[in-house]
Amino acid sequence: MPAISMTVNGEKVCGEVEGRTLLVEFIRNTLGKTGTHVGCDTSQCGACVVHVNGKAVKSCTALAIACDGADVTTIEGIAKDGKLHPMQEAFRENHGLQCGFCTPGMIMSGIDIVKRKGKKLKEETIREELEGNICRCTGYHNIVKAIQAGAAKM
Amino acid sequence: MSETGIGARLVRKEDHRFITGKGRYTDDINLPGQAFAYFVRSPHAHAEIKKIDTKAAAKAPGVLCVLTGDDAAKDGVGGLICGWMIHSKDGSPMKAGPHPVLAQGKVRHVGDQVAVVVARTRDQAKAAAALVNVTYKPLDAVADPAKAQKRGAPKVHDVAANNTVFEWEIGNKDATEAAFSKAAHVTKLQLVNNRLAPNAMEPRAAIGSYDAGEDHFTLYTTSQNPHVARLVISAFIGIAPEHKLRVIAPDVGGGFGSKIFIYAEEVVCLWASKRAGGVPVKWVAERSESFLTDAHGRDHVTTAELATDANGKVTGLRVKTIANMGSYLSTFASSVPTYLYATLLSGQYNIPNIYAEVDAVYTNTTPVDAYRGAGRPEATYVVERLMETAARELGMDPAEFRRKNFITQFPHQTPVIMCYDAGDYGASLDKALELIDYAGFAKRKAAAAKKGKLRGIGFSNYIEACGIAPSAAVGSLGAGVGLWESAEVRVNPVGTVEILTGSHSHGQGHETTFAQLVSERLGISTEQVSIVHGDTDKVQFGMGTYGSRSGAVGMTAISKALDKIEAKAKKVAAHVMEASESDVEFKNGSFSVKGTDKKMAFGEVALAAYVAHKFPTSEVEPGLKEGAFHDPTNFTFPAGCHICELEVDAETGVTEVVDWVAVDDFGNIINPMIVEGQVHGGIAQGVGQALTEGVVYDDGGQLLTGSYMDYCMPRADNLPPLRLDFTKTECPSNPLGIKGCGEAGAIAAPAALMNALTDALGVKDVPMPASPQTVWKAMAHLREAAE
Repeated sequence: MPAISMTVNGEKVCGEVEGRTLLVEFIRNTLGKTGTHVGCDTSQCGACVVHVNGKAVKSCTALAIACDGADVTTIEGIAKDGKLHPMQEAFRENHGLQCGFCTPGMIMSGIDIVKRKGKKLKEETIREELEGNICRCTGYHNIVKAIQAGAAKM
Repeated sequence: MSETGIGARLVRKEDHRFITGKGRYTDDINLPGQAFAYFVRSPHAHAEIKKIDTKAAAKAPGVLCVLTGDDAAKDGVGGLICGWMIHSKDGSPMKAGPHPVLAQGKVRHVGDQVAVVVARTRDQAKAAAALVNVTYKPLDAVADPAKAQKRGAPKVHDVAANNTVFEWEIGNKDATEAAFSKAAHVTKLQLVNNRLAPNAMEPRAAIGSYDAGEDHFTLYTTSQNPHVARLVISAFIGIAPEHKLRVIAPDVGGGFGSKIFIYAEEVVCLWASKRAGGVPVKWVAERSESFLTDAHGRDHVTTAELATDANGKVTGLRVKTIANMGSYLSTFASSVPTYLYATLLSGQYNIPNIYAEVDAVYTNTTPVDAYRGAGRPEATYVVERLMETAARELGMDPAEFRRKNFITQFPHQTPVIMCYDAGDYGASLDKALELIDYAGFAKRKAAAAKKGKLRGIGFSNYIEACGIAPSAAVGSLGAGVGLWESAEVRVNPVGTVEILTGSHSHGQGHETTFAQLVSERLGISTEQVSIVHGDTDKVQFGMGTYGSRSGAVGMTAISKALDKIEAKAKKVAAHVMEASESDVEFKNGSFSVKGTDKKMAFGEVALAAYVAHKFPTSEVEPGLKEGAFHDPTNFTFPAGCHICELEVDAETGVTEVVDWVAVDDFGNIINPMIVEGQVHGGIAQGVGQALTEGVVYDDGGQLLTGSYMDYCMPRADNLPPLRLDFTKTECPSNPLGIKGCGEAGAIAAPAALMNALTDALGVKDVPMPASPQTVWKAMAHLREAAE
């Protein structure tokens, strides 16, 4: 099996993967970082969103081997020195989560939206940009509020 | 109210682990040496199994065992059960066909589990499963509930003639017929309540682990009610007696009903672990498996009629429903279209005569059971679509027609079992009308028309029955279990508190709201309280979380246990402060002796209780730990008014929900932030049902909506910002005065939206989901008129 290495949350990691191993499988099973979730088989739900080289990627749709050498950030890697990322804090403050399963993907997508669209986000922009993330609990109302608030503080 | 007590808008204690990726869901747990299960599932909706050849699969790399229905029968693994007995009109019991954990002789829906392969890795199990060679003889299938009882329809179970599980009735037939014969006007609707897939974002998962040394099983599972799972797996399926089976439901990523039920896969993981020599066996559903095997919701075909007199008063309601049960009776399936549905057909209205008939039918589809609201959304849809349509036919304002018929005196006994204990339906209607600016609607409609948009407004004045439910009452209606809840309060010597509850949180925020109750009662901060749930080794027993029962039933059990804690602590405090017990008062977290300055904080009394130096232990036992079981005295009756405004693009049929007002009466509210979140989520699921979601089978029983590519889950841009408010009548049947809020949105929303849509289009009915294509078809009359 081919060996790959990448930087995950600032740490150099390596491991052997099969050609078909998905990035999310490498993250969850090989590295044991289970904050990144799998909610569907078709790249619709976004529970698996991580950042690869600074861009939001659905890790269920990327091959691990294709990310050889990449810089990957997962939900476990965004709090710095024990301080929550403003987007994490905003999700808590605005009750942007209930069961928590879609939350890591929502937060990672939220950060990515800010990177692409700026800190002053209109509600409609957020709703449109969340096309690739499904939540079954919140009705999105508080997720939209959370991303708006988190963006302002980033 | 203390800062962290009842009514506080407290951010959630449980959030930290979820926002940092430290949640612990079933698939996040990996046991040493675990193997993986993959299920071989039927590609046919209906077929005889002629032969299963497992030889090649058994020899495949990494495979530990391949098991079939014959193996299950040999090992005495029992079948899945339905725990609610319904009797037909003629007194005969419902016709429950066998439901083996792996098919025996026949498959009855696409996705029916036929065999399981256990292998070292998930990929090995999946690859080997493809080598299991099953020879089927395909049979004709029936998927449409309206066709299931027709002469010559394929028979799903031998035990059920005409695929009829039961023919049930409720209400007074003769009086209702008489009311209709005297009616000034009758409004009639043919309604389909579309089939839905619950789609909790966490797919179902299980790890079964057998310890040969102790002859003991452990099951990690995505369950809303781990104790009920243990009870059924022990007492009915016979895997192990209860003391030899531990069931753990850790963090669970949403349920919405679908994780109440006892499914085949978790049972098979337990059994397979023993068969594989004690290797833990993990199974995680792929989303396509979720669509095929998680119990679906709704799927009613209904004819409903409303009789009114010359003054616009409702005099009768007559309903005939065919309810699709799917291919097997799931755990509580039979209760949903009966006692959870037809008992709510009085809505918020004084309807003197009601008669409902429900035929439950088998089809070659995935089993149907409770999904958020469970029967009550279907009832609300019938009542509220009828009320809106009747108002239009009578030329009355839909708000005023409702008001004219509201129940205003409580308690109110309906003709369909329920006795409503409290409510003020006019208050929620008034507030909602004000919030939506009802008077300004005509102006908004005219403005929309200028943009080529058809604007509509629709109401849903729903009622539901929650806090399920008094045990003797549900027992008399056929339930196989009691529906009480248990709680244990463990006070530690330092005064911190652990609450062990039989409720289960899978998004509802119990770790926060239950702690708020303790904070309120004991005067300690929520940080000093832990909520323990979801583990049968820790919590003695519980009935779990569904039917919006954790507040009204679960928290009342905690409240009762806290009463006992307070009483015991008072005894301890009295001894320590050398006072008479009757002189000791407990307020704001401290015990004091009337008329003196003697005082002890709650923590000091807790320590004294454990040190046990200062009281006679022959009179007062050391320690501070109490438990309680609470059996509710009535259902609770949350109710409210939702108003939807939407605009339809006349060119494309695209519907945009532009405003939503919800005014709900949940009685007392523990944490408004969490309650609002529950309403938001419920509305989204209701909007999903009305606009985007629908499980579709073809005539041969093939599932056409088996992934998120085909089944349209509502996205953020399908919903508007939601405007919520509350009215309050306290619930008289529990000491906290709370009613429950988890299902209200999903119950209210579809009728509000479809009433608005039919208003916009000027038509009587549009089927759900109202996709652009469906709406465009429904606008044919407008295009013709324009030509």
